[in-house]
Amino acid sequence: MSQTLRLPDGALAQAAPAPGSPASGALTGGPLPLLRRAGRALRPWLLPWAVPLLLLLLWWVAARQGWIAPQVLPSPEDVGTTLVELVRSGEMADNLWISAQRVLFGFGVGASAGLLLGVGMGLSPRFKDYVYPLFKAFSQVPVLGWLPLLMLLVGIDGALKIILISKAALVPVALNTAKGIENVPNRYVEVARVFGFTRWQLLSRVVFPAAAAPIWNGIRYGLTHAWLALVVVELLASSEGLGFMIVYGRQLFQLDVVMAAVIVVGAVGFALDKLLALVEVRLLRWRRVGF
Amino acid sequence: MSEPVSIAASPAAAPGRKPSFSLPAALRGWVLPLLLLLLWWLAVSLGWSKSPLLVPVSQVWHTAVEQTVSGELWRALRSSLWRDLLGFAIGASAGLIFGTVLGLSRLFESLLGPSFHTLKQISLFAWIPLLSVWFGLGDAAKVAFLSLAAFFPVVLNTFEGIRSVAPELIEVGRVFEFSRWQMLRRVVLPSALPSVFAGIHLGLIYAWLATLGAEYLLVSGQGIGNTLIDGREHFKMDLVLFGVIVVGLVGFALNWLASQLEHRLLAWRGRSVAQYE
Repeated sequence: MSQTLRLPDGALAQAAPAPGSPASGALTGGPLPLLRRAGRALRPWLLPWAVPLLLLLLWWVAARQGWIAPQVLPSPEDVGTTLVELVRSGEMADNLWISAQRVLFGFGVGASAGLLLGVGMGLSPRFKDYVYPLFKAFSQVPVLGWLPLLMLLVGIDGALKIILISKAALVPVALNTAKGIENVPNRYVEVARVFGFTRWQLLSRVVFPAAAAPIWNGIRYGLTHAWLALVVVELLASSEGLGFMIVYGRQLFQLDVVMAAVIVVGAVGFALDKLLALVEVRLLRWRRVGF
Repeated sequence: MSEPVSIAASPAAAPGRKPSFSLPAALRGWVLPLLLLLLWWLAVSLGWSKSPLLVPVSQVWHTAVEQTVSGELWRALRSSLWRDLLGFAIGASAGLIFGTVLGLSRLFESLLGPSFHTLKQISLFAWIPLLSVWFGLGDAAKVAFLSLAAFFPVVLNTFEGIRSVAPELIEVGRVFEFSRWQMLRRVVLPSALPSVFAGIHLGLIYAWLATLGAEYLLVSGQGIGNTLIDGREHFKMDLVLFGVIVVGLVGFALNWLASQLEHRLLAWRGRSVAQYE
């Protein structure tokens, strides 16, 4: 508990690259024994595993000893073998592919519409005056609120999923794009005027680069929301896809199938987020070199 | 409110433009909704579609009045909101504690942080089938799910708020020889507060979203979500439309309440921070 509140030191240590810490140790005192030094270097990689491993062990023992009925909590081995089986038989890949298609398509539609809307609202205050209140009201009702209405209107086929997923992606993309463009500092625009930029130059050289970070943020949120929406829609109205696997397993009380599917859902969400973070580093790299 | 960037109209071009007809800004927002309403009304009265789903505006109004007067709406709203707030309270307080500990202690962060970030990735609604096995289909499962929905954003934002306390502030605290408790109360928490509030705000919105989801997926009992499901099953478009409006209004009200509270409680910070530009 001694490290409570020692924020700045910790923050500095965190900011410095890991190999730097042994060197500082060598500076302040005698050389650390090799073992302790190795232990310290490995600590950040070992500690995170302690809790999950403990839980896993507890789970395993509980299942082994029959403390909990397998219908309520299947043993970790069961979940593991089910996962492997589902992957081997191709069932997982099929469902994953269907879900992925839905998300990508819905996200593509929603994010492009959101970008257009956001750029429109960001650039033209007049357009914003007309559109924003309706947009706000529309986004106030969550995806789940629209679901019953759309089910009545378009049935439970593909269109329903695409519409709801694109709605989920559209709102954050549009909002962040509009805000990002509005928040471009006035002085940048003034500098551009001094240079006599045309409107197109102003947009492509000043406004969009300056708003790139918030826009990208919106896209990231959009994808996360799209993935969330996909799972809900598939849970509620679908006969294939990852969400359906979860419902199906639940109905048959095959919790191992449920858990396997949940693990895949989590893994895909994680992968999507990481992927976008990587792209962000790429896309916005110039910002670091810029000044 | 910062001045909007005038990208559209450069000052040089402005005087040359003819004064065309334009609505006052306050009225512009009404144009599109009224147009939509008009379109709807026209579609019904001119009989463009024979579908029973195309209900007249008046019928939605009728349903709204009926639901309100008969008390149906209040019963549904009461159970939904009660669950929402209970789940939110549990989830947000747990999230505050967990987020604070995670933010203050490096040890806890390395022990629990990665597990938390991994669990966070699981799409929220994927928890429902598991929770329904563990807690049944009743209120317990719903409340557990709602707390989970509020928990994640509160933890994340509390954690980030505490981590981004400026080192200079802590140094000043050291100079004053603050005790650990004083440091926490006078330095760390106040400067983390905006981020904490952002988390609570998000948590409130997520919890409302989750309330609906829980009522759809764990169909038992009362609630506004059940009203919507009922309407859909019986092909009552008027009821569904009314439900959608109520859901939107409640979301709006919760949002407004949270911003008001935030505004009040953060008033001491003054406006200088927001206007550094």
